Amino acid sequence: MREIIVISGKGGTGKTSLSGAFAHLNRDKIICDLDVDAPDLHILLAPKVIFEEKFISGNEAVIIQDKCQACGVCAEMCRYNAVSIRDERYMIEPLRCEGCKVCVTFCPEEAIDFPSRYCGNWYVSSTRFGTMVHAQLFPGAENSGRLVSILRQKAREKAKEEGSDLILCDGAPGIGCPVISSLSGTDLAVVVTEPTPSGLHDLQRVADLCSYFKVRVAVIVNKFDLNPEQTSLIEDYCRKNNHELVGNLPHDDMVTKAMVERKVITEMKDSNMAKMTGNIWANVLALLN
Amino acid sequence: MIISVASGKGGTGKTTVTASLAAVWKKPIVAVDLDVEEPNLHLFLKPEITNEEKTYLEIPVVDKSRCTLCRICSDLCQFQAIKVMGETLLTFPEMCHGCGGCLAVCPEKALTPGKRELGTLSQGSFADNKLFLMGLLRVGEAMTPPLMEQVKKRLLKIMENNRKDVIIDAPPGVSCPAVCAVMDSDMILLVTEPTPFGFHDFKLAWESFSPIGKPMGVVVNRSGLGDESVYAFCEEKGLPILASIPYDRAIAQGYSKGHVVARLSSELENRFSDLALAIQACDCEAGHA
Repeated sequence: MREIIVISGKGGTGKTSLSGAFAHLNRDKIICDLDVDAPDLHILLAPKVIFEEKFISGNEAVIIQDKCQACGVCAEMCRYNAVSIRDERYMIEPLRCEGCKVCVTFCPEEAIDFPSRYCGNWYVSSTRFGTMVHAQLFPGAENSGRLVSILRQKAREKAKEEGSDLILCDGAPGIGCPVISSLSGTDLAVVVTEPTPSGLHDLQRVADLCSYFKVRVAVIVNKFDLNPEQTSLIEDYCRKNNHELVGNLPHDDMVTKAMVERKVITEMKDSNMAKMTGNIWANVLALLN
Repeated sequence: MIISVASGKGGTGKTTVTASLAAVWKKPIVAVDLDVEEPNLHLFLKPEITNEEKTYLEIPVVDKSRCTLCRICSDLCQFQAIKVMGETLLTFPEMCHGCGGCLAVCPEKALTPGKRELGTLSQGSFADNKLFLMGLLRVGEAMTPPLMEQVKKRLLKIMENNRKDVIIDAPPGVSCPAVCAVMDSDMILLVTEPTPFGFHDFKLAWESFSPIGKPMGVVVNRSGLGDESVYAFCEEKGLPILASIPYDRAIAQGYSKGHVVARLSSELENRFSDLALAIQACDCEAGHA
């Protein structure tokens, strides 16, 4: 079984539009949206949920007001400034609480509860392009790395069940916790970038991260015609660092038109973009063999 | 006042708006890049960096001669960062959240503070005395909030001696790093684009940031693209649209060359000057509410 993840470093370079098209182009695969924070792939694929489960992760501290003697130990010990005082009452701000249990442990009155946190939901769905595993964290929630690994594990189970040999993942922007969690054991990272100073800067960091985790990198320059000089800089960088160049795509308003129609770019008839995207996908698959 | 520029979806124009506002801002200002995974603001403001230092998280180091394997520390740790394996207490530094619980709870004083590198904190200036701060996450480091807190701490120190306005370039998404970035600001400026992806993530951002209880304003970037959903939502929720930036290839090309968009034409400069005034007016209204 092979796993491909589409990432970018910088947000908004076209990860999801391309992931949707790749999902259309490849018959047998499991689709997996690993951007659990601000997922968008479901907008194009209109999944019908077959299975749903709560994502419960970690705990949060809650002061039991009747027991609290306002001694202030919790506020002294908390490294996250999560304890605040309002009207002489100690409170814990849920958005700042890290769930470390230090205040619970040191409270002399045993006045702090530590319930588990319900952080979001995850789903297995059917789409017109096949089975999709996805999730939505609740606003402000944390621990997206753990949710990402749950999704990947579920995707592998589904792939075995259905006998598909490919898992296609749409990743998150950045280089932090969710991206790190989505890289381990991945065969190929397809990095979508754009010919801007931010595009190159962020590509370098995410490619370094992939190298750190020994994941092979393939690069697509989206909207390459916006700045051909900057595109050349990106291509030079890739050649020097042995990252594969799998093709460039021009800027095309059709991408937004497709999105508004809730279609992927390869579903748009008579489009040059569709053909070019097909070639890029063939290049990506060739790297897996 | 402290303004944070956030978006939900990546690539909608946070950095474009932050750099432009910082450039046209008339009063003393500190521009802060809190997108520590992929900071880009420096690529446009081109600050002269005067101070650069590594920042660290406090993690435990075991003194084996003192440890009695009592497991009080490992029972407390919520992050599987310290565990007894066989006859040894082992630490897993990359899992540690730096809560200090194990150090405080050890009855044998067998744990001493060590450190894990989080990244780099840079300080500098641009455009005659405007200040610049940036956090740059170490590639391979998973946790962003600790570094963001260090950047904020430095900001507070700067503000101690000299009150200034602050503009924060926040990370994309709506989970813990994004909330951490906008939490302590006086106003949240949401940058969106009128596409299905942009609108979907904009709603998530609105849901996520509403409980913080700070005034919010909206900048619609690439207006004219996509559909009308963003406008209808803003009207329904009473969210003021403080500026629109037209969808224009010349702007995209300017950005791709590393230019500050407000400097591309006098028309754009006026738009951002008007936005700066509208933001200050929001601050006054909130102050007198």
